[in-house]
Amino acid sequence: MAPRTLFEKVWDAHVVTEPDGQSPLLYIDLHLVHEVTSPQAFDGLRANGRRVRQPHRTVATVDHNIPTTPRGLPIADPIAARQIEALQKNCREFGVPLFDMDSAEQGIVHVIGPELGITQPGMTIVCGDSHTSTHGAFGSLAFGIGTSEVEHVLATQCLQQKKPKTMQIDVRGKLPAGVTAKDLALGIIGQIGTDGATGHVIEYTGEAVRSLSMEGRMTICNMSIEAGARAGMVAPDETTFAYVKGRRFAPNGKTWEDAVGAWRALGTDPGAKYDRVVTIDAASLAPFVTWGTNPGMVVQVNARVPELNSFTQESDRRAAEQALAYMALQPGTPIEQIAVDRVFIGSCTNSRIEDLRAAARVAKGRHVNPKVRAMVVPGSQAIKQAAEQEGLHRIFVEAGFEWRESGCSMCLGMNPDILQPGERCASTSNRNFEGRQGRGGRTHLVSPEMAAAAAIEGHFTDVRKWQFS
Amino acid sequence: MQPFRKHTGIVAPLDRVNVDTDQIIPKQFLKRIERTGFGEFVFYDWRFAPDGSKKSDFVLHEPRYANATILVAGKNFGCGSSREHAVWALADYGFRAVIAPSFADIFANNSLKNGLLTVRLTDNEMAEIMRRAGSTQNYQLSIDLEKLTVADGRGFSASFTMDDFARHCLLNGLDDIGLTLQHEAAIAAYEAKHPPLAEIGAILPILR
Repeated sequence: MAPRTLFEKVWDAHVVTEPDGQSPLLYIDLHLVHEVTSPQAFDGLRANGRRVRQPHRTVATVDHNIPTTPRGLPIADPIAARQIEALQKNCREFGVPLFDMDSAEQGIVHVIGPELGITQPGMTIVCGDSHTSTHGAFGSLAFGIGTSEVEHVLATQCLQQKKPKTMQIDVRGKLPAGVTAKDLALGIIGQIGTDGATGHVIEYTGEAVRSLSMEGRMTICNMSIEAGARAGMVAPDETTFAYVKGRRFAPNGKTWEDAVGAWRALGTDPGAKYDRVVTIDAASLAPFVTWGTNPGMVVQVNARVPELNSFTQESDRRAAEQALAYMALQPGTPIEQIAVDRVFIGSCTNSRIEDLRAAARVAKGRHVNPKVRAMVVPGSQAIKQAAEQEGLHRIFVEAGFEWRESGCSMCLGMNPDILQPGERCASTSNRNFEGRQGRGGRTHLVSPEMAAAAAIEGHFTDVRKWQFS
Repeated sequence: MQPFRKHTGIVAPLDRVNVDTDQIIPKQFLKRIERTGFGEFVFYDWRFAPDGSKKSDFVLHEPRYANATILVAGKNFGCGSSREHAVWALADYGFRAVIAPSFADIFANNSLKNGLLTVRLTDNEMAEIMRRAGSTQNYQLSIDLEKLTVADGRGFSASFTMDDFARHCLLNGLDDIGLTLQHEAAIAAYEAKHPPLAEIGAILPILR
């Protein structure tokens, strides 16, 4: 057989049939469901008298619009409450397992899949959420779908999909000290653009990627969608197996040995070809801060807001002008002089234990600037508990950060955690679109370390210069 | 699904690149559990001031574009969130087609499921349509999905490409769940050969 890429191996293993004149029918191993993009899909099933074909390949949780105030309080927003009730009712009616609001397993859907060992190498995984690409960190093919496709997968456990193209992003060398997976993700998007990978599945390779923890790999795969990619993947290796082993739904005993044997064979064969190859020099990266209204509008922390005449394309220049007007920034302003009102540490990009440890290391023994309101929102109840066992919550609370319950929170502002008009936020989330965190709110994307440092200084600052106890 | 064969309608030019789905339908409207009624909220923050008053300078509020059914925009239209609500809002508002140099993948897929045609033209063709839509009263385009052409009857015409199967589904308004279920035997055979890992199957009894 001709040498194949990781993506091609996973794809080929899931093609059910390729009918003449139609797109291939792909089998879906795991379907993750949440409250916002599923109610109309379940309604569709009911209207057509269909059932959920494989309830045991379907897992639901509530994350997008639940409050991050203490659990057990009633949900003040009646429309949000109705959407959560709809999910509870749909899961009961169709036999879908649900990690509900008050469960110890609740969390952001892309955090709990890996954490519970449900996400495994070589799988096909979908969810009605674009950041499903996160799960590709395990060498699974994971992508976001719309509600019609959610209904399709519920009904058939399959999707008709046109085969995407492949793109290798080869990150050569080592990430410099103080440069994180988030900075790598932002650096890649800054280089290839927010549509740089449209129609492609990215495979991240190279020494800098191999050296990343699973948390770091999840961060870069998570942001693949911000480069327009269908999915992002990292070939499974010892780091992957060590992460999955022993988790609640991971294989064990003899099954584990068999599974690892199969997973080892998933890596791209020598000589396999990608449709496109991009190389990144890890040594050239630094902590990044976005200045505009999409994740590709990004510069290094020690740089300045770009001048409008630096854009060669007229449409890009105009987009930059619109972005700077929305962000209330002047070209040429040093990034380190931009003051922030709010700080958000959380989201499916950066809310895992390693992210919280990194932020806590910066916050330890320091205090949030009195002009700043800063919140930490763990990705899941399990992470919240783990962090509390390590004492991270005490570091945050003593430094003046709010320590909250798990959920998507201010990443998309569907719950009460939103920016007020004109407020500027250093955020560890994934999107700085206009109004994303609240109408009129101004979002700058950064790593957890950079967000914590901005909270303390009251403006962006190069965390690489800091001393830690 | 409503089939798409030919459509002629007024063109509204939205001269922006990277129009993301957060702009097409802001998150406060995603809590509805219905598929309908999103049209009045399309591009909400661009169309309405914080006090709810209409922004008269937004393109869709210009009287000459009030009845537009074709939207033309810059590259990477529909990027960001997978929310199908963006497509529901555009379709419910009355759009039958969006023309742009490129579309985000999930948005294009979602459009296909709802009979909203996404037409990819070149940057130059898109710019020419923008120019004509801006300078001509009641500027209309005719889109023919059978012939894969876009024309204004005033000297502009262009052809576009589309995946054959996607085109077939749109032309015939096919319910693709029904299509997939025609392969029941193949799906069942695949499932027989690929049982889920026992540990994943075990989730269900634990939670029940």
